[in-house]
Amino acid sequence: MRFSGLRVLREGLTGNKGWTPHWRDPEPKAEYDAIIIGGGGHGLSTAYYLAKKHGLTNIAVLEKGYLGGGNVGRNTTIVRANYGMEGNSQFYSHSLKLWEGLEQDLNYNAMMSQRGVLMLCHSDGQRDAFARRGNMMAAQGDDAELLSAQSVRQMLPYLDFENTRFPIYGGLLHRRGGTARHDAVAWGYARGADQRGVDLIQQCEVTGIDIENGVVKGVQTTRGAIRAKKVGVVVAGRSSQVAAMAGMRLPIESHVLQAFVTEGLKPVIDHVISFGMGHFYISQSDKGGLVFGGDLDFYSSYAARGNMPMMEHVMEAGMTLMPMIGKAKVLRSWGGIMDMTPDGSPIIDKTETKGLFINCGWCYGGFKAVPGSGDAFAHLMATGEHHTAAAAYRLDRFRIGAGLMDEEATGSQHNLH
Amino acid sequence: MRIDCPICGLRDRREFYYQGAASMLARPAPGTGVDVWDDYLHLRDNPAGALEELWHHDAGCGSWLVVTRDTRTHEISKVALAADTKQAMGALS
Ligand SMILES: Cc1cc2nc3c(=O)[nH]c(=O)nc-3n(C[C@H](O)[C@H](O)[C@H](O)COP(=O)(O)OP(=O)(O)OC[C@H]3O[C@@H](n4cnc5c(N)ncnc54)[C@H](O)[C@@H]3O)c2cc1C
Ligand SMILES: [Zn+2]
Repeated sequence: MRFSGLRVLREGLTGNKGWTPHWRDPEPKAEYDAIIIGGGGHGLSTAYYLAKKHGLTNIAVLEKGYLGGGNVGRNTTIVRANYGMEGNSQFYSHSLKLWEGLEQDLNYNAMMSQRGVLMLCHSDGQRDAFARRGNMMAAQGDDAELLSAQSVRQMLPYLDFENTRFPIYGGLLHRRGGTARHDAVAWGYARGADQRGVDLIQQCEVTGIDIENGVVKGVQTTRGAIRAKKVGVVVAGRSSQVAAMAGMRLPIESHVLQAFVTEGLKPVIDHVISFGMGHFYISQSDKGGLVFGGDLDFYSSYAARGNMPMMEHVMEAGMTLMPMIGKAKVLRSWGGIMDMTPDGSPIIDKTETKGLFINCGWCYGGFKAVPGSGDAFAHLMATGEHHTAAAAYRLDRFRIGAGLMDEEATGSQHNLH
Repeated sequence: MRIDCPICGLRDRREFYYQGAASMLARPAPGTGVDVWDDYLHLRDNPAGALEELWHHDAGCGSWLVVTRDTRTHEISKVALAADTKQAMGALS
């Protein structure tokens, strides 16, 4: 089934009776060429690119719950490539380019909206750092504009510019950044993978990894043993536990990050705005709800719900930045479990077990990475070589002390990222 | 979440600063080699369940505590002074 304007029109006139399921619901086979553990955004995009770019179609994605039920459907949907840090910057640039062609490629409406991401700055030092970051982005062919306080004021007159603690000095505008409908991204990749023959197997939890003489042989699941020559672990907040099945310890702590949504309002916020000093970022969804979030809870957690102190902190930060949102009612909040690395950057690598690959540590920023990560991980699993865009995401960078990718400049310490 | 500080009693979580798994108390000797230090500094057990962790009562008595907390429910089963834990570790080794 292909989507088109004509099809939508025809279905609309015939009671929408012609739509069919977007993917099959196959029984697991006894053996595959490759298995992906985890049916989140990254797992599904990996399967899609393995099939599309590398012709590997005898593969399965094993998901313990349902497709898209993890963090891919729990995030605040921000897509951007404004990192400006060696190794990370190139990767997110690559990922954003894939986002820009994604809907055509998948024939799926992911509601990709390049509404612009504005990061505010509040001191001379921060402005200088943003200028440097913007230059790096521009130099690698991406877009970045340094805005004065006056320009920001014209663009977003509703912000509190005279804030005593964090007066607004300007901002770095990244026009190609924005948001995308997170569930649709998972569904689009799932459908694309399924159409290329990939078995998407839900309600199938991996409970063990079979290894013989240092070579992976397959996995144990709640639906029986499945053999495979290659296994990719892409399980977001559960990376430590699945890696432990292969006898590995990872440089990861799982932490919860919360998100909040208000009642639907008329359009008021046109961009994604981030207020780093106050740990707050906000955008408005297509349904009108203000979608916002802040910091991690900063202690290990597998409870997919938030806590009150951080909730209070986020609300305070929001009120500080834009007092106008104070009367909006918060309808929902939730939390997602993320695997935090000591330097805040991800890992895409081989492991010491032959045929076993790992893709983890996406911290609070892995939604924007979904296309790039799938592309890079598929490349690694298919060819055994690191994709150039993700070549810095090595597992051993902590041990050897070289190439730490320290986004926040807080050092290689878990509880600071 | 509330933490029962052995010195101050039951206090709001906001009085405490979190440092991570209490495995940090078992600091390796200098010169133990790269792998041991990598393990100590970066690798984690990261269980979904009971975890011993370090909390600092920085807005209270200033003690470092070893808090045993279930990472799924945030239920706290034990709180001890890190100094006592460290001393017990010394007695063992
Ligand atoms: C509140 C919040 C806001 C965020 N905001 C943003 C944002 O604005 N922009 C951004 O770029 N990023 C954001 N992120 C981060 C982003 O959501 C994650 O980094 C990313 O979604 C993680 O990758 P994933 O989609 O593959 O994970 P998931 O969707 O969680 O996929 C992992 C899957 O693995 C499955 N699994 C786990 N264990 C097993 C097992 N043993 N067997 C089988 N399956 C298993 C899980 O059920 C799950 O479906 C946010 C995260 C949160 C929580
Ligand atoms: Zn105390």
